[in-house]
Amino acid sequence: MTKLTVKDFASDLDVRWCPGCGDYAVLKALQKTLADGGSTLEDTLVVSGIGCSSRLPYYMASYGFHSIHGRAPTLATGAKLSNPDLDVWVVTGDGDGLSIGGNHLLHVLRRNVDLQVVLFNNQIYGLTKGQFSPTSRQGTKSPSSPTGSIETGLNPCVFALGAGGQFVARCIDTQAKVLQPVLEAAKAFKGTGFVEVLQNCVIYNDGIFDGLKDKKTGPDHTLHVEHGQPMVFGVNKDKGLRVAKGGFGLEVVRLEGGITQEDLLVHDETNIHLAQALAALGENEGEPVVIGVLYRHEKQEFVEGARHGLPEAPLSRAEKLKRLGATLRKAETWQVS
Amino acid sequence: MPETAQEAPNLRELPVSQTPEVDFVRIRIAGDSGDGIQLTGTRLAESAARFGNDIATFPDFPADIRAPSGTVYGVSAYSLNIGETEVLTFGDESDALVALNPAALKKYMGELKKGGLLIFDSGSFSARALEKAGYESDPREDGTLSHFRLLPIDITELTTSALKESGVSAKDAKRCKNMWTLGLIHWLFEREIDALESWLTEKFANKPEIAEANLLALRAGHLYGEIAELPADISQYHIAPAPLRAGEYRTINGNEAMAYGLYAGATLADLEAFYGSYPITPASPLLHTFAKLKELGALSFQAEDEIAAIGSAIGASYAGHLGITGSSGPGIALKTEALGLAVATELPLVVVNVQRGGPSTGLPTKTEQSDLFQSVFGRNGDTPIPVIAASHPGDCFEVAVEAVKIATKHMTPIFVLSDGYIANAAAPWRLPDLGEGDFAPFPVTKATDPNDFQPFKHDPETLARPWAVPGTPGLMHRIGGLEREEGRGNISYDGDNHQRMTEIRAAKLQAIAKDLPPQTVESGAPSGKLALVGWGSSWGPIRVATRRAVLQGKSVSHIHLRHIWPLPPNLKELLAGFEEIVVPEMNNGQLATLLRAELGRPIRSVSCVKGRPFLVREITEIINNVVGG
Ligand SMILES: Cc1ncc(C[n+]2csc(CCOP(=O)(O)OP(=O)(O)O)c2C)c(N)n1
Ligand code: SF4
Ligand SMILES: [Mg+2]
Repeated sequence: MTKLTVKDFASDLDVRWCPGCGDYAVLKALQKTLADGGSTLEDTLVVSGIGCSSRLPYYMASYGFHSIHGRAPTLATGAKLSNPDLDVWVVTGDGDGLSIGGNHLLHVLRRNVDLQVVLFNNQIYGLTKGQFSPTSRQGTKSPSSPTGSIETGLNPCVFALGAGGQFVARCIDTQAKVLQPVLEAAKAFKGTGFVEVLQNCVIYNDGIFDGLKDKKTGPDHTLHVEHGQPMVFGVNKDKGLRVAKGGFGLEVVRLEGGITQEDLLVHDETNIHLAQALAALGENEGEPVVIGVLYRHEKQEFVEGARHGLPEAPLSRAEKLKRLGATLRKAETWQVS
Repeated sequence: MPETAQEAPNLRELPVSQTPEVDFVRIRIAGDSGDGIQLTGTRLAESAARFGNDIATFPDFPADIRAPSGTVYGVSAYSLNIGETEVLTFGDESDALVALNPAALKKYMGELKKGGLLIFDSGSFSARALEKAGYESDPREDGTLSHFRLLPIDITELTTSALKESGVSAKDAKRCKNMWTLGLIHWLFEREIDALESWLTEKFANKPEIAEANLLALRAGHLYGEIAELPADISQYHIAPAPLRAGEYRTINGNEAMAYGLYAGATLADLEAFYGSYPITPASPLLHTFAKLKELGALSFQAEDEIAAIGSAIGASYAGHLGITGSSGPGIALKTEALGLAVATELPLVVVNVQRGGPSTGLPTKTEQSDLFQSVFGRNGDTPIPVIAASHPGDCFEVAVEAVKIATKHMTPIFVLSDGYIANAAAPWRLPDLGEGDFAPFPVTKATDPNDFQPFKHDPETLARPWAVPGTPGLMHRIGGLEREEGRGNISYDGDNHQRMTEIRAAKLQAIAKDLPPQTVESGAPSGKLALVGWGSSWGPIRVATRRAVLQGKSVSHIHLRHIWPLPPNLKELLAGFEEIVVPEMNNGQLATLLRAELGRPIRSVSCVKGRPFLVREITEIINNVVGG
């Protein structure tokens, strides 16, 4: 069979996101990842909740299920349990996945179900016209918070790691060079591959990630980690992360005054403590937002465990009824004549 | 006597009796939650059923896991009706009460009939125990018990002394009190204890000294009946085997029968069963039973909440399994939004509601049938879902099979209603012939042909849409909760399309109705003065009361509805043959309201929401009020 192209993965429906919405780029990256990886349309299933981002399944030519608000992980879990051969993707938003569906996201991660979760984080409720979301920064002005939101924003990667996620990554919508390999790695991971995508909502939260995306100055504010590579960043590659001297945690240093790459941390995807520290960076002035695969660690996958003990091959109807008859007779039986 | 009973495979047309203690005996064993009452009751039920009696049971236990010992609210009881005639209820009052402590006496004395046999453990009547039970004076001495036949036995002491030589600790010895009691009750019913002995030996195979202690206690209790000099007014009960239909029997409760029936249904449809659930009383045993069916290919999933449970079941159905979810009222409430999704996406799904007392947490361990409105109407939008209800433990099996058939034939979610009473009550059950006899297979055909494939094109007869499962080449499509264009299934905001789709969803229920067997009369004549219309577990008391009244020549008939929604199309016509209609139900008049709306005629409602099924006497009163006593 000939390999499918990006176009083959696009459905014939017109994409109806606002022009300039970050969702376009993520859709394209997903389609390209699947095409490049040799996926088939029939074995790919995209399940979503409700939100602008959750419209994505309609634009895929694969199987798709646009479910209800926040519950996509539950449908995805049931589908994957029933047919482990499917490649299952959950598409969710910051409101869908972390507000109404926070519980399900927690548990799908904790269970480590073999599927991918792509969380479109635009730090706003797009579809309902711009209210602040659980990931909105404190002080976000919105229709429901005219004087600025009071709540502290939630960091999705910190949440995912706290929930026991075994594959946790962060990307930026328009940086396909990072996004695509990360999606590929998430798909390859046997367990829940969680990918937070920082996504621009041009209408209700425009430009919040501009600082990170700026071609010129962005590199000063983002650190792209790769397993085994030293943690260097900055426009001039002159900054890095090291273990805080005499303290606990990470600190940003300049590669000057005797500090060299040797002093910097080397990324180790399997180190949970490091991943947690990296995930939390970016809140304070001078700290980079870390992108790439923060954590990847193989652990018991759920579906395999849950299906263990089922008959090796599906039983025939006659065999099942026979076994049911035997099960019913495990209790004491007697004859009435 | 013209009887037009519905011919279900397990329905037994046994004679109905009027004379308690001749044809049937209602015995209640009550004691502290820690006394092993439920186990004792279950064993007694097993051996009565095995002897060939018809039985009806009513386990009644506190909601607290470990209620304080000795208190009235910590009392656990098991009521059992043992008959050589048809006994579908555990009885309005008991003929005998075995009270293992003062609290048990206090709680259940009022339901022991005048002149009834009262056996109590006199060893447990310490001043402290009396005080804990709330007695200000000793009921044995203040005349409280004067109208019963008394058999005080120091069961505690007799058990410990029987086990003196066995070497078990005093604490373990006391635990065997229930076996001593069980031995005595077996004597009381003229029954041997061999089967119990082998059961004990097997149960405690790994703990031979415990097995031995229990056996000693059991034999001592049995022997006590033989050799002790009992008062002259104490005699054994002689209940002959009931003329049950020939076959192989076991006892079963409604939850077990439901789980097995759902598995059988999935199998007859050539589907794998998937059960997603979140623990809740009294539905949890469904999950436990499914978990044990894994070797048979059934998948079960304990979800993080009821929403996840139904979500996983919908996902499973989409992927080609038979998705099933089960809960009780509060959990069903959480599933509401997802039920709408199942209706919108037209996927097969079975939703079991083992009803309990509401609203809110209500009476978690008590039975009620007050979720009828919730099942029929409880959703946003025009969102029809068929509803069927089980009437007794064995019926759960058949209802479950039928539910799977409807869900897969018409591609729809369906509600199956059970309740706390049927769920826990044990009844003798004639094992169905799964090989060929009782249930015909109804294999499901999934879509495979990409030619002119349209995911939302409906079959003109059944109004089912094709079931196209992910993994099938060429049938890729997207579904969801947004309104779908008829045929192709793409998102559609078009008003005319929505009108059509709404009508299709409604017509699906009409298609189901067309398929229903005509409603018949359960007992009594096909027309007459009074029709008692019931549903669910009130089947038992209504049936018994009606059959007795019919024997007395009264013009009353019992009409039992398995199909609640849609209603059987001939119901209106059938009821036209009756002057008056009364609906006794364990809620505040829900079926009555539904019937008034559907049939457009006056219907009287009689409600019982006391945490227990109707008493036969209560139904008899309704009959007498209408047709005269
Ligand atoms: C049960 C329920 N409650 C509320 C809504 C309304 N609603 C739809 S999407 C949404 C928020 C979506 O935000 P997010 O997940 O961040 O997605 P985005 O639109 O930003 O991509 C809300 C509140 C709904 N559809 N269902
Ligand atoms: S509202 Fe925002 S998130 Fe939604 S489609 Fe428009 S730009 Fe995208
Ligand atoms: Mg959002």
